[in-house]
This record gives sequence, structure tokens and C-alpha cells, in this order.
Amino acid sequence: MRIGEVNLDQKTTKEPILTIKGISKAFPGVQALDKVEFEAYAGEVTALLGENGAGKSTLMKILSGVYKADEGEMFLNGTKIEPQNPHQAQELGISIIYQEFNLTPNQNVYTNIFLGREPMARGLAGKLGFVDSRLMRQHSEKLLAQVGAHFGNDRLVNSLSVAEQQMVEIAKALSVQAKVIIMDEPTSALGKEEVKVLFDIIQDLKKQGLAIIFITHRLEEVFEIADRAIVFRDGRRAGEVKVAEATTEQLIGLMVGRALDRSQVHERVAATQEVVLKVQNLNRKGVLHNISFELHRGEILGLAGLVGAGRTETARALFGADRMDSGEIYIDGKRVEITSPDSAVKAGLALVPEGRQTQGLVMIQTVEKNIALPNLDALSQHNFVNRGKTRHLVQTYVEKMNIRTPSLEQRVLNLSGGNQQKVVLAKWLASNPKVLILDEPTRGIDVGAKAEVYEIMNDLVQQGIGIIMISSEMPEILAISDRILVMYEGRIMGELTRANATQERIMTLASGQVLEAS
Amino acid sequence: MAKNLSSTHEVQQPSLKRKSLKVIPTQELGVILILITLIAILGATAREKFLNPNTIFNMIRNFSWIAVAGFGELLVIIIAGIDLSVGSTMAFSGLISAMMLVSGFPVPVAVIGGLAGGLLVGLVNGLLVSKGHLPAFIATLGMMSVVRGIVYGVTQGQPVMKLPLGFLNIGRIDVPILGLKVPLPVILMLVIAVLMHMFLSKTIWGYRIYALGGNEQSTRLSGVNTGWLKILVFSLAGLMAGTGGILMTARLGVAMPNAALGYELDVIAAVFIGGASTSGGSGTILGVLIGAAIMQVLRTGMILLGIDPYWQNAAIGMIILISLMVDQLRRRS
Repeated sequence: MRIGEVNLDQKTTKEPILTIKGISKAFPGVQALDKVEFEAYAGEVTALLGENGAGKSTLMKILSGVYKADEGEMFLNGTKIEPQNPHQAQELGISIIYQEFNLTPNQNVYTNIFLGREPMARGLAGKLGFVDSRLMRQHSEKLLAQVGAHFGNDRLVNSLSVAEQQMVEIAKALSVQAKVIIMDEPTSALGKEEVKVLFDIIQDLKKQGLAIIFITHRLEEVFEIADRAIVFRDGRRAGEVKVAEATTEQLIGLMVGRALDRSQVHERVAATQEVVLKVQNLNRKGVLHNISFELHRGEILGLAGLVGAGRTETARALFGADRMDSGEIYIDGKRVEITSPDSAVKAGLALVPEGRQTQGLVMIQTVEKNIALPNLDALSQHNFVNRGKTRHLVQTYVEKMNIRTPSLEQRVLNLSGGNQQKVVLAKWLASNPKVLILDEPTRGIDVGAKAEVYEIMNDLVQQGIGIIMISSEMPEILAISDRILVMYEGRIMGELTRANATQERIMTLASGQVLEAS
Repeated sequence: MAKNLSSTHEVQQPSLKRKSLKVIPTQELGVILILITLIAILGATAREKFLNPNTIFNMIRNFSWIAVAGFGELLVIIIAGIDLSVGSTMAFSGLISAMMLVSGFPVPVAVIGGLAGGLLVGLVNGLLVSKGHLPAFIATLGMMSVVRGIVYGVTQGQPVMKLPLGFLNIGRIDVPILGLKVPLPVILMLVIAVLMHMFLSKTIWGYRIYALGGNEQSTRLSGVNTGWLKILVFSLAGLMAGTGGILMTARLGVAMPNAALGYELDVIAAVFIGGASTSGGSGTILGVLIGAAIMQVLRTGMILLGIDPYWQNAAIGMIILISLMVDQLRRRS
């Protein structure tokens, strides 16, 4: 199903603060942007949606002066702009907050806010390069208050939480009198509570008359925060909707060019009563407290909770990546000692970690080498790697998982996020694990790739693998899991079955409250 | 997809093609060209002196120990580390062998003793980095001084001389191959090069070493015992430095306490000129061979051209910087 463009009355009543006209940009082999149009209004949140590779990032990079467009024009407040670099874009009033923050971790908050634009001291001292730190503190205090931050000016950035660092980034954007603030997936590293705080800040910025461009993969957030949504597909503008009148299906339809069949994730009954993994009283001082649970063959066990609740920590301790202080682990009823990832792999565990680029893949290496890495023992004779066998195995998984790569020799850094994630999955599937732990397996990948990952998970449980899935996306946890464990501050707060799990129940447990008996 | 599928049926053809292409390694093409250019310049300007088998084999003989130590250094640099203790280790191994020979041990035993000494230094480096969690730069900087200090302390600054002929022959004998007299160190260097190349490109250890250099976290989370692997890499580096040290001592005929002083710079330069990346994860044995060759051709060439020896180091330093910058430019484009 295709949905055409929705006409907006707003266009006629209001002049956009930012207008982008007919921008094109080509990279060797790809037309990243093809004559796209885009506009943002003051006092509004415009969501920019699209699968990975749709051209969102490219457009934002052109807007912030990182790339130069091949053709097209951009207007800010009716004046034509041609930012040559991010600094110029900033001075024009366009600030961008990337997923990876641009902060210097070992310096304090106000130094970061004014980095590169430090106010100089008066007189000779200023000419000699001395900064006016009092002025800097005063300004930054005001900015922090503006974004509702409750931490001090003197805190080192590396002592702040991710959400707090984001506030510093926003304060930094405000400090240059930004008119347009672009946020690139600002919620991807935040917990539910932190997202709420961020949205309050965004509402506030809206009231102050700023135009916010909000790039995200999470559709429910679009409905929560955005006024308009513009959807990109394959470097073209696929459509625009007024969020108040749109539906999820409509947005997904625009993004993928067809309506996603949501039912596919529901038809699955693979869980058995056979316990494949049993965890007893897992402890890690100050982090995990008496974690105990069982996982059945063919089951998907969801691990829900807010960021910092100890879900990733549980996965890492289980996999031997972090030391556990005490606890027992049984696989197929047999006690196993897991002291390091290699002993975990030998015991039949596999972990798809949360950061696929930093922990899941060797980015500079090829698809072949990455998939081979955990399987080298099986692929070698007398410690010599059998290249033919390796290529055969890798080729099999590339086809099976539909990894879109020009060849096995392609470096994974050249693949899209979704395909990278499939390479991580492939390398572990090839090791025939009994238990697969997935930490945020669909974070930052597009809708199409997500569906493929779900399908792969379905296949795996059919084969009798037990899956533990950590996810911060509530709909995902609810749709995929057979059972859900909810964690709070390093403890398991409760267990929900597929039948009785609801968003409200998960949120109750995840915020440390006990469910009332119903 | 369809294209990939069909290609699996004709695996024979493309793999043959790939092999024939591999004869000209694209990765090392740049440095090979630099080497050829250097040789051409020298050949044109100092023809008689430069282009005769004697000079050439002498040159190779002299760079063999730098190259062999460079093979070990390469392993460390692939895992994004650095080994500053190679020079000291070379002197240490040579000294152990020399002292054992003077005390009457047979040549093979003395050689094994020297190699064991190198291995030991490498093992300590590896433990400091892996178990002591020291940065490689600091750990090996400390060991460079400790080992050199031991060499000075044990010898009290005096050279160990009068080594038996059986040992000296390792560095001096020429083996006739196809009518050419090829020095034994050159043959040993080539044999070690082939073995190390196989180790790095064909064994599970080599695969894991490159992966470790590319991303330590991912490699560890892929079930590789990275702590152990680092110890292996540093130990092998020590063993290679020891081998280089013994070749050097056999050639010079004396174990000097200040032998191989400052060689770590030549060794490290050879590895980087050979195309290894400072951020780890890449580099080849062939690259190191060419890198070491470039260093030696430069040194010999400047002597033949009569360049003031006091100025030679500055020239070599500049050429190292230029070749690395050319490499950076090539990478970026």
C-alpha cells in the first residue's frame, strides 16, 4: 500500500524558518539524496523518518556544513545559506546534536559548553589568551537552568549520565543562539524516564520559538513529541504527515513503501518445558543482587527495565565479560564455570552485545573474517584455518540471513547498520549456541531490517535455541517475548507471562514498585 | 544474491585468478615502488660499487637481523602495541649465547639459551601488559632499560669475545644457490619470513591477532582469550628479537654491551614503512621485509655516495617521515 502526500493547511498560514529546495547529493555508487525538499517551522518539532540509508543523515550533514550539496538551495529565515563547515552552520543558528556526543569527557560542564568559543578576559589578559571563567560559569548556569539540569557547573562530563551529557549538548546548542536544533536519534541511549525529561526540554524549547528537527526510529516517539513528520525513502522525500492525523501504519507504509505485516511476530509457539539455562543467585557487588531465573529451550525471555537497571550487566556477567562475585550457572542441567567469554562460548552461550560497532564487530575486517572469528576452532585443522570451509560457511550464512554485501571480502564498516547487525548474528549462529543473549538487537536499525531480525529469532527458537532478549522498546518486548523479567536496580522485580504482560505492568515493576495482586 | 549463488559453482576459476593477482600485493605496492626508485637512483649514480652481488648480499646480510626482529615487532604493532625493548633484547640474547659459548657450551645449546633469553624478556613484557595492565609503551620502555642494565651489569661494560668458529659461521657462511653465494643469515631470514607469514595469514592465531588489533573488545566478546594472546604476541616478539640478536652477534663476532643500541627505532621504522597502521589491525611480513630493505639501502647508499656520516641519521629520519606521509595520503584517497 502506498500513501500519498498529505496536504497541510499550515503551509499556507505559516512561513517556514528553514527551507530546503531540491537538494541532491551523490556518493560513488549511490545517489544519497535526489532533489529533496524539507522545511521546518519555528516553535515546532519536525520528525524526520526513514530507514537506514534513506538519506536523513546526509541531509543533516549538508545542513550543518559537513558535506556540500551537488545541487539545490537552503534558506534560513528567507536568506540563502551555504554553510561551508559545522562552525559556520552554528554561527548561522543551526546546531546539531549527534548520537555520539561531541564532548570532552575529562573537562567540566561549562568548559564543554563554551569549547572553542570561550569568552576572553578583559584587557591585556584577554589578548594573551586568558579566558573569563566567571562569565563562562554565569552563562552556563543560566543555560543549564534553561534545560532543567540539576547538576553543577563544575562536574566533569565523564561523571554525568548519558541523559545529563545530552543536556550539556543541548545547553551548548542554546549557547550559540541556535534557531534550529537537529537531534539525531536523541533517545536511543536513554531510558524511559530520561526520555520523558528530554521531551519536557523539547516542549520548552518549542515554546521559546526554536525549530526542532527530530530524527528517530521509534515511531511511538513521533506521536508523542512531533508536530509534523517528513519521511524519506531511498534518498527521496516519500511524504509528509501531520502527526495528529496520522497512524502508525501510515508512517510505516511511507517508510518501507508497503505496510508491514505486524502479525508475523505473533505466530510462534516453540517454547518447551525443558530448561536449557538456569541461573542461581548471581551477584556482582553493587551491580547485581541475587539474580535467579530459568530459560527454556525454544523460549524467548524478555529482559525489561530502565537503562541502568542491570540488564546489560546481567548479560555480561553471564557471558563472563564481567566478573561475577558469586552465583551458579547450569546449562542443560550441568553446572558450568564461566570465568571469561571464551569459557562462555565453550559452554554454548553467545552474546550479541549492545554496541555492534564497538563490541560486536571488528569494523576494519571483512564480513568473512568477522563471521569466522568465534568459529575458528571449528574451521581449522591443526590450527591452520581452512579457507574453503570458511568461505563456504560464511557464504551459507550470508545467503541464509540475506546479508546485503557485494562480496565476502567487503569490510563491515561499509555495510548498513541492519546488515552489520546481521553479520553479528551470523557469526554467533554459526557457532551453534544453546543460549543466545541479544542486547538491544534492533537498536538503530531500520524497520525492514528489524522485521528480518525478528524472523531470524523465530527461526532460532524453532530450532530449540533459548533466547534472552534485552530491549528498551516496550512494544518489541511485548510482541516478541514468551516471558518477561523486569529488572530494577540490579534486582529482578518480577516475572510476567505473555498473557498478563502489559506496558503498565512492566513500567510499574521497572520503576521499583510491586504489582498489586489482581 | 543470484550472482553470489552462481559464483559458488565456479569457485575454481576466480580463486585461480585471485592467486595470480596476489603475486603483486597491492597493499605493499607503494613501498615496493619506493624501494625500486631508491635502487634505481643508486644504480645510476654509483653503478659499479652498488650493483654487484657482493654489495647486495652484504646489504641483505646486514639488514637480516633488523628484519627478523621486525617480524616480532610487527606482531606487537598489529595488536596496536609497541615494543621498545627490541634493541636491548637483541643485545641480551647475543650476550647469553656468547657467555655460554665462552663457558664451553656447544653451539646449538648456546643458541637455544640465547633464544630462551629473548623469549623470557618477551614473556615478561606480555605479562606486564596483559596481567599488569600497563600500556605497552610504558611496559617495554621500562624493560628496555632493565634489560640493557642487566647486560651492562653482567659484563661490567666489557665485550665478550673469542667466540668459536662454529658460532661465527652462522653469520658468515655463504650457501651457493644457482651460482650465487647467498649468505646464511639471508636464508634464515627468508625461512623465518615464510614461517611467520604462514603463521599470521593462515593459522587461527594469526586471524585472532589481526582481530585483536582491529577491536579488542569485540575480539574478547567473540570468545578469544585476549589476555593469553597478548602474552603470546609479546613472547614471540621477544623470541624474534633474540633470533635477530644472535644473527647479529654471530656476524659481528663479539657481544658488545652496547650492541643494538637504538635499533628499536630502525626496527619500528621498518614495520611502519612496511605499511603497518599505528592504530593496529594491519601490516604484513612482506611489508616489514621491504621496510627493512629500504632502511638498509638508504644506509649503504649514503655511504657509497660519500654523504657525511654525521648527517646520515637526519636524512634517514626525514625519509622515514616522508614515506609515512605518502602512505597516509594514499590511505586517505
